[in-house]
Amino acid sequence: MNGHKTTSNGNGHFLRGIYHRMPAYPYVIWMALFVVIPIILVVVYAFTASDGKFTLNNFAHISDYAIVFGRSLLLALIATIICLILGYPVAYVLSKFGQSTQRIIIMLIMLPMWINFLLRTYSWMSLLENTGLINRFLAAIGLFNLINNIFGTDIRHLQMINTQGAVILGMVYNYLPFMILPIYSVIVKIDKSVIEAAQDLGANSSKVFTKVIFPLSLSGVISGITMVFVPSVSTFIISKLLGGGTQILLGDLIEMQFLGSAYNPHLGAAISLIMMIIVVICMSVMNKFGEGEEQTVIL
Amino acid sequence: MKRVIIVLAVVALLLSILPACGGGREVVNVYNWGEYIDEEVLEQFEKDTGIKVNYKTFETNEQLYSVLKQGGVSYDVIIPSDYMVSRLINEGMLEKINMDNIHNLTYIDESLIGMEYDPTGEYSVPYMTGTVGIIYNSRLITDEITSWGALFDEKYAGQILMFDNPRDAMGIALKYLGYSLNTTDKDQLMEAYDLLVEQKTFLQAYVMDQIFDKLESGEAAIGPYYAGDYIIMVKNNPDLKLVMPEEGTNRFVDAMCIPKGAKNKENAEAFINYMCGVEASLKNAIFVGYTSPNIEVEKLIELESYEREVVYPSDEILDNCEFFVNLPQDILDLYDELWIKLKK
Amino acid sequence: MKKSNFFGRFLVALTLIFLYLPIIVLIVFSFNDSKSRTVWSGFTFDWYIKLFSDRAVLNSLYVTLAVSVLAAVLATIIGTFAAIGFFNMRRKWRAPLLTISNIPVINADIITGVSLSLLFVSAGALFKFDLGFGTLLIAHITFNIPYVILSVMPKLYQLDKNLFEAAQDLGCTWMQAFIKVIIPEIRPGIINGLIIAFTMSVDDFVISYFTAGSKVQTLSMFIYAMTRKRISPEINAISTLLFVIVLVLLIINNIREARQEKALLKKSAVLEGDV
Repeated sequence: MNGHKTTSNGNGHFLRGIYHRMPAYPYVIWMALFVVIPIILVVVYAFTASDGKFTLNNFAHISDYAIVFGRSLLLALIATIICLILGYPVAYVLSKFGQSTQRIIIMLIMLPMWINFLLRTYSWMSLLENTGLINRFLAAIGLFNLINNIFGTDIRHLQMINTQGAVILGMVYNYLPFMILPIYSVIVKIDKSVIEAAQDLGANSSKVFTKVIFPLSLSGVISGITMVFVPSVSTFIISKLLGGGTQILLGDLIEMQFLGSAYNPHLGAAISLIMMIIVVICMSVMNKFGEGEEQTVIL
Repeated sequence: MKRVIIVLAVVALLLSILPACGGGREVVNVYNWGEYIDEEVLEQFEKDTGIKVNYKTFETNEQLYSVLKQGGVSYDVIIPSDYMVSRLINEGMLEKINMDNIHNLTYIDESLIGMEYDPTGEYSVPYMTGTVGIIYNSRLITDEITSWGALFDEKYAGQILMFDNPRDAMGIALKYLGYSLNTTDKDQLMEAYDLLVEQKTFLQAYVMDQIFDKLESGEAAIGPYYAGDYIIMVKNNPDLKLVMPEEGTNRFVDAMCIPKGAKNKENAEAFINYMCGVEASLKNAIFVGYTSPNIEVEKLIELESYEREVVYPSDEILDNCEFFVNLPQDILDLYDELWIKLKK
Repeated sequence: MKKSNFFGRFLVALTLIFLYLPIIVLIVFSFNDSKSRTVWSGFTFDWYIKLFSDRAVLNSLYVTLAVSVLAAVLATIIGTFAAIGFFNMRRKWRAPLLTISNIPVINADIITGVSLSLLFVSAGALFKFDLGFGTLLIAHITFNIPYVILSVMPKLYQLDKNLFEAAQDLGCTWMQAFIKVIIPEIRPGIINGLIIAFTMSVDDFVISYFTAGSKVQTLSMFIYAMTRKRISPEINAISTLLFVIVLVLLIINNIREARQEKALLKKSAVLEGDV
């Protein structure tokens, strides 16, 4: 309990000098061990063959999987756009509600995150299946009969599960709160007086939105986009559960080579490395748009 | 300050509890297929021997292989299928079992010991055997199914399920084309691969044990699976039918092995021995629906006549079956490559 | 104005329905009298009773809670100190270190998981250990710390620096001043970080999947294994229970916060009156 004496002399601003950087040192070592070295290992694996020799072969093989890269990026992009289109208005509207309502709704939006996401996704299976609840409901209200009578078709269910649409739905469902919350937290912080000033200067409500609120909320949008895009592009659960294993994504591809049915950690590492680079590129492009760095990342 | 102390105390407490539940006691780490044991047997084993069982499941032989190959795990008992046993032996990944500790080996069908996958019979003890068949819903598919061809028939688009592992999936395609399951002819393999690629365009999903729910609920109409599982499924949906395709099928043995470097080898042997016992074998056979290699079980087990046909198939069917054997490395690599290509 | 208000309410309601639909299904079918996930066949509590006798479920729940509590607490301690240390660094050092620190937040979970598993497996081969609770815990702490730092940092920026000096002038040692002055000031950030870390740990599947090895499995891993076979409504039951517990905790917390805010408002009103 006996800390060193601090010389609180002259410019003795709280915690200056070598001693006060010390609290970070354990973590710096921790990071070196468990953040930096693992990533170096990924790089090493990506550039070696199973006999440990240097090779570029793993990357030569990657072009075979261009379609998986393309699919992952496309589905994640669509999911991100849908999340933005749905999430932004919700966040905006929410910021106009009364204080206590806001608090309750934010709580309600966060609450599902406490249910294991595997289960939430699994639950969508029960809803989307051909014999699932939505199809049962549609059959019960006679929709299929009606369509069949009119068009002379023989539709017995609506194909929803095991489609790319289902995978996108799974992404939107799981990551929508990650879009709403950062945008909301930025919008509520916008100084009311700025808006009033704009109104005083004669801006109508759509002008206020496009010229004041939207630009100011951009940092929230940016962190929302990254918080939706990155997990979407790398998921392997959602595609497994809702895509039927016929529409594999990058995550599935990586998982397959480490713990799945085609063991090849070197190729897996190469794919991981490329995915990491894609993420970094996306992040830096995003950061060009908004300056929100250190503090906007969460909530 | 007080709070910090309280928090730290809680942490210390938790830390002190944790090792207590991990170490000290005798344990055996078992890695088995899903839905492949009657959990009562595990409890009984723990009661009888005082050895705690850490039980985890895998989905496919290939996944088991990946996990072992990657390392950092310490399973004491694993239950791969024949061809994987052979691969693991070849790659020096298995420990010899001390058969003196497996007294109950006397109950095991002798014809299953010393088979091609483990010629000396030193590395494995059979756990279950069975065959692969087509299971379909006779209410959704009114045609009579006799051939693997039904799985590649676009008529059933969107209703077909397929094995989510390379060996079984390729095997079916090979059989349908009239080739051996164990072919090393790359042209034949490519032909089978092309068939699977075509099938993928109208496939509902690649599945392993998810097939239970999907066939029972009528979500899918047809799929290949291990015949014994049919016995379990039909209890939940009487419309389901099982067919042994005319082209012949795969017969398998899943065997208990001890991976190299197992930390609790004696406990593993105790576990293997226990599983070979009559009582445990019978319970597992009833729960799993596969054929127990324990010869006493055949006499004791109560089966309906249709069930008996599945569990103890006629010689006619068995003669038409082929076991998987391990393949040369270049073919294994080709399998890996084709499988990923197929799935992408 | 009214119109947009209505539209807004409608939109929010729709979003909430979307978010809760699968959860309601999950909860409803935890009381279903058969194993079916889509056909209702009567009411039962059986799955809840079964749950409490299912060793594997309870064991995985225990592992989840143990690793989440430990990881959250340890990450909060390491992370709070790290935040203070970073705060006192020059920007030249702070910026790159914070970037490295944020890697697990930004990176895809699967890459964090895979890269840590490569480390643990190679180190395990070198130093003869297996993946297990220890590696799982390290992995969780690693991805938790940045969240703690991110929630403590802003509080440090708000800190009145003179307070610390004053405390030291009055004879406190660095540690005393730290505990008596700094900690209370940044406590909301610390608690927030603790809660986020705990939530992240409980919800994590991917990183655990790659780092837990053969001996332990978390609830998420157990559920995953279950979704790969025939799912049992037991799992619906356990998630319903967890949901209810969290709901109650959140409501309590909400009420407490509302009260504090009211008290704060009153206080500030009084203070303003004084001026």
